[in-house]
Amino acid sequence: MTYIAKPKLHHPALTPNALGYLRRDYEGSVSTLCAGCGHDSISAAIIQAAYELDLPPHRVAKLSGIGCSSKTPDYFLGNSHGFNTVHGRMPSVLTGANLANHELIYLGVSGDGDSASIGLGQFAHAIRRGVNMTYIVENNGVYGLTKGQFSATSDRGSKSKKGVVNHDAAIDMVSLALQLGATFVARSFSGDKAQLVPLIKAAIRHPGPAFIDTLSPCVQFNNHAGSTKSYDYVREHNEAVNRLDVIADRKPIEVDYEPGTTISVTQHDGSVLSLHKLAEHYDATDRIAAMAYLAERQAEGEIVTGLLYVNPDPGDLHGALGTTDRPLNSLSDAELVPGQAALDRINAGLR
Amino acid sequence: MTAPLAAINDFVVKFANVNGSGSASANSMFAKAVLRMGVPVAVRNIFPSNIQGLPTWFEVRVTGEGHLGRRGGVDMMVAMNPQTWDRDVAEIEPGGYLFYDSTKPMPPSKFRPDINVIGVPLTAICNAAYTVARERQLFKNIIYVGALAALLGIEIEVIEQLLAEQFEGRERLIKANYDALHMGRDWVKDNMAPLGLQVRRADAVGNRIFIEGNQAAGLGAVYGGATVCAWYPITPSTSLAEAFTSYCQELRVDPETGKANFAIVQAEDEIASIGMVIGAGWNGARAFTATSGPGVSLMTEFIGLSYFAEIPAVIFDVQRGGPSTGMPTRTQQADLIGAAYASHGDTKHPMLLPMDPGECFTFAAQAFDLADRLQTTVFVMLDLDMGMNEWLTEPFKWDDSRRMDRGKVMTHDELDAGRDFGRYLDVDGDGIPYRTYPGVHPTRGGYFTRGTSRNPYARYSEEGSVYVDNVQRLLRKFETAKSFVPAPELRPASAPTREGVIYYGSTGPAMHEALGLFERQGRRLDALRIRAFPFSSEVDDFLASHDRIFVVEQNRDAQLRTLLMAENGGDPDRLVPILHFDGTPITARFIVSSISSLMDATQPPGSRPLREAAE
Repeated sequence: MTYIAKPKLHHPALTPNALGYLRRDYEGSVSTLCAGCGHDSISAAIIQAAYELDLPPHRVAKLSGIGCSSKTPDYFLGNSHGFNTVHGRMPSVLTGANLANHELIYLGVSGDGDSASIGLGQFAHAIRRGVNMTYIVENNGVYGLTKGQFSATSDRGSKSKKGVVNHDAAIDMVSLALQLGATFVARSFSGDKAQLVPLIKAAIRHPGPAFIDTLSPCVQFNNHAGSTKSYDYVREHNEAVNRLDVIADRKPIEVDYEPGTTISVTQHDGSVLSLHKLAEHYDATDRIAAMAYLAERQAEGEIVTGLLYVNPDPGDLHGALGTTDRPLNSLSDAELVPGQAALDRINAGLR
Repeated sequence: MTAPLAAINDFVVKFANVNGSGSASANSMFAKAVLRMGVPVAVRNIFPSNIQGLPTWFEVRVTGEGHLGRRGGVDMMVAMNPQTWDRDVAEIEPGGYLFYDSTKPMPPSKFRPDINVIGVPLTAICNAAYTVARERQLFKNIIYVGALAALLGIEIEVIEQLLAEQFEGRERLIKANYDALHMGRDWVKDNMAPLGLQVRRADAVGNRIFIEGNQAAGLGAVYGGATVCAWYPITPSTSLAEAFTSYCQELRVDPETGKANFAIVQAEDEIASIGMVIGAGWNGARAFTATSGPGVSLMTEFIGLSYFAEIPAVIFDVQRGGPSTGMPTRTQQADLIGAAYASHGDTKHPMLLPMDPGECFTFAAQAFDLADRLQTTVFVMLDLDMGMNEWLTEPFKWDDSRRMDRGKVMTHDELDAGRDFGRYLDVDGDGIPYRTYPGVHPTRGGYFTRGTSRNPYARYSEEGSVYVDNVQRLLRKFETAKSFVPAPELRPASAPTREGVIYYGSTGPAMHEALGLFERQGRRLDALRIRAFPFSSEVDDFLASHDRIFVVEQNRDAQLRTLLMAENGGDPDRLVPILHFDGTPITARFIVSSISSLMDATQPPGSRPLREAAE
């Protein structure tokens, strides 16, 4: 059950990060998801990313909607404030929370039902508004909690566990995010932690709307032959365009690749993304080209993964609104309540 | 021939115009001129859900006695819209006046023998002076204001002053408007005598201000410390969010940095609006949305989350005619039950019921304290009548020593000192737990917020007893709310009586006028104006001490009466509904005639013992 806390046993060899926290300090309650669920791997990747980034756990706000994926914030970052909102509406709640205090790190965790069906509108508008957040969709193409209905990201022609063939077109959230103005767009696979952890780290450091579509097979209802979201299918069709090897502060760390195959992208906060190219001509800073390439490979049945697009100097909603540098939730009466003198002037103008 | 109506500072002028013709500012100038002469006015816009071309009316009640409700009836019709001519003419009281543009002759059948016809050739005057079409249209409005001023005894200098203020710094425009004003005035002076209806300078306005309830509520939200506003445009609430925006730009921009001490988002719909409000409230900012009935319908799931997860939020519901799209530009008080019990499951939400723009301001500010103290959604129930019409109201006041009451918030230092924190733990016995703002402490005070059942320490639980304890505590909290919300206002009759009236919201001014008329008729009615839900003990006392109570409302289903019955055991036999719901504001005439006929026709039900004997 979710209220069972994990026992506080530490391996003596575990090393604290720069803030003195152990990896264990970023964990949460014991997961109640099915054994082998891709979502648990993503939770583990989030824990690893937060630990490696030396995040103060209490400065992270984790928000989710409803569904298997939306239950996971209980299973990581136990010292962070969490909010399990209502179905499909996490983006608006996250937006409001971010408006109230821009100093916290906002992590939105959702699923394909939560974000592509009931919540497609809110997903779209939070992205186009430029909310500074990391938005992870744990995409398994199926409704797990209600036992196996197709979701809006199920591919046309794919087969359900009961043998039904999906006749509806799939929504590709990565293409949508690119089109809507997300300034960091990635796709990954829950089974590829080496790829996923650096992507999450980079997304958290990205000072704008960062979206990661993470294929996360459902072992119970969508891991069979005929599914396009099974472990086997994703492994066979995974085409990584690059590998984000290093995220470092300020200066890039040299890695041992052939010259010309690695590019560095310095984000606005000074963090440097070191990208090793796997697809020869892929440029992750060219949004239009990224959209075209994705469409092309998708038509071939391939699943393109990696850091697909990044704008290293994005704006965000607070910038657009011109809000004060201090969190709005910390402003006092003196800053907020104009007082009788101002009221006298207003009264005088209303006669 | 009926004698022409004669009255000083006590008559109704109604303007019939075409939407989008620029008449609104001319009509409003007419009303303001009367006010500036020290004579109170009550104005009502009656407008269609449309931008251009449909009929629109503006009613000005000139009321030396200061009755701010709609009177009903029309003493003078300014008939500027051929589309509605017949019904406009029909509406004039016998002996009243019809003012019209006589440029084009009208057949005698278009008039009535019992009214006085004032034909002024507005188009002819206008066409002689102007060549540009838009100028002809706009100045025609000012010309009729000039003509009406001469007919009704409005001081021309007062209107000139208003024009000078409106077009300050644009001398050519001021001059052009003066010229148009005088064209109308001079034509009347040369051709007609003043009418029996006259405005005479008085001193009955005092220092009162003239403002819409929506604007007052927007300002109240600024004073209430709201920093986040998320909204979606919907009539008749839009001008509330817009007023908040302009007051924030005026009062909340940091003079040194030029940065905003507020964040306003026009969301993609009402669901996202309330979602943002709840996200911001969860994170410790004061946040609100402004909407109308259809918006509240959309928001209900989130309102239930706010109730159950105990997150402060403020919703301004500017009520309009429902259900469904209903009558978007007409007024009603028909969202009471929908708001009081919004969402699935057992829920109840506090509501504030302001009467006028003055209370729109004070209740708006107070709503944010209440939402923080009660950690739940608080509704402020305006309606179109008070929201979108300028009303006379006392000048706004603010106590500079007042501070925002953020309710029970556990601080970093309290947590650090080891104070026990259970997010849903009833420490004080009032049903209100402590909360923390996210990020406050590295290891303490963190919790997981959810809409699912949980124990006092915010951990998931489906245990029946845990659930019951929690929802019972929410009832205790609602009980506590009774002592937090504004108490009702009692107006006792001049002599003891066992009969009473209960009313609320924009019915107030019409009811106050009606109460004066009842007293003159010798009818004694104690009056209780309810200002909030849940109902406090004063309401129970009033129910217990009266044999018959007329409950006056502007909806079909007697919604407040239902709440009185459901929540306070009000006896249906003793609570007599008086309902006005055609979308126009209720009038004193309606209240007096409805209640008088019932009082004449029937006796109040017998006292309790008799009733029990009958059973």
